[in-house]
Amino acid sequence: MEPILECKVLTKRYGSKEALSSVDLTVQRGRIIGLLGPNGSGKTTLIKIASGLLSPTLGEIRIAGKPIGVETKEMVSYLPDRPYLGDWMRVNDIIDLFSDFYRGFDRMKALEMLNRLNINPSDRLKTMSKGTKEKVQLILVMSRNAELYLLDEPIGGVDPATRDYILSTIIGNYSENAAVIISTHLIADVERVLDDVIFIEHGRIALSSSVDGIREERGMSVDALFREVFKC
Amino acid sequence: MTWEFKGDRPIYIQLIEQIQMRIVSGQYPAGSKLPAVRDLAAEASVNPNTMQKALAELERDGLVHTQRTAGRFITEDHEMIRSIREKLAREQVALFFEKMGQLGISREETLRLLQTADAEPKKPEKESA
Repeated sequence: MEPILECKVLTKRYGSKEALSSVDLTVQRGRIIGLLGPNGSGKTTLIKIASGLLSPTLGEIRIAGKPIGVETKEMVSYLPDRPYLGDWMRVNDIIDLFSDFYRGFDRMKALEMLNRLNINPSDRLKTMSKGTKEKVQLILVMSRNAELYLLDEPIGGVDPATRDYILSTIIGNYSENAAVIISTHLIADVERVLDDVIFIEHGRIALSSSVDGIREERGMSVDALFREVFKC
Repeated sequence: MTWEFKGDRPIYIQLIEQIQMRIVSGQYPAGSKLPAVRDLAAEASVNPNTMQKALAELERDGLVHTQRTAGRFITEDHEMIRSIREKLAREQVALFFEKMGQLGISREETLRLLQTADAEPKKPEKESA
């Protein structure tokens, strides 16, 4: 089957700084992938290019065989690494916004998940704790019927219980037809949820392997390997 | 029993071991239906493909089987479950002897210690592993 995401010599420069250097990458459907790297390694740049917010300096990127554009934006559900919704909005307003914006948005699914977490849809974002806001954003992003979910730091800055909820939501929404890319540096928490990991360093792919492949070959967890590879 | 994973070995192998444990201990009774892969994966907080791989392996060994539309079931072969229990028990015994060996205690001495321990009154609070 055609890969859901394919990058060829993908390069992004900000002025003279190269944020991504000749990245070759193929992601198949039905996989949950960890995009792992230290701060400033190029994770967010890669995700922003795939979601169409940045354009590459050089190279090629395709989603389900198509160049980035209107069609791919319908297939890609993106969770930014920081809050991006207006604080004054009520959850209901945001649900309406998402329904207007995205054809594949499943309103019932979103309401169901909110209900399970006792989040009142008529509450305003600004009355919520940081963790609750993050949950709301994740619920909205996961309620889109997409083929590629790009989650930039979905578990940063939330408590362990919320982290567990977010990870179980990702597992619960698993589909053979879709792929999920999770960027994070909290590896110990996510590694069990991942099929494959991609280590990225200074804009280059340093390693790409399955989680159990790493454990089998090296007798250590991805977290331990990461600490070894990126030792400061 | 909660799902626990160590860092030094593949997750699917640890899943196989823990599901075997649940079958042997009767938590998943012989002939009972297993939860769906996705639910099991969510419960153990593991990747659904990894859970699938573990179940496929258990299926190959005959410990679980799939009925086309009804789902996955634990074997009703009590003999097989007994033999796996025996195998797991033997592994534990071998491990125990190995650890005693590391303490410099001979097999004979170990056996004697076991017998005296068995004769002593039970201390239930020490049984949690």
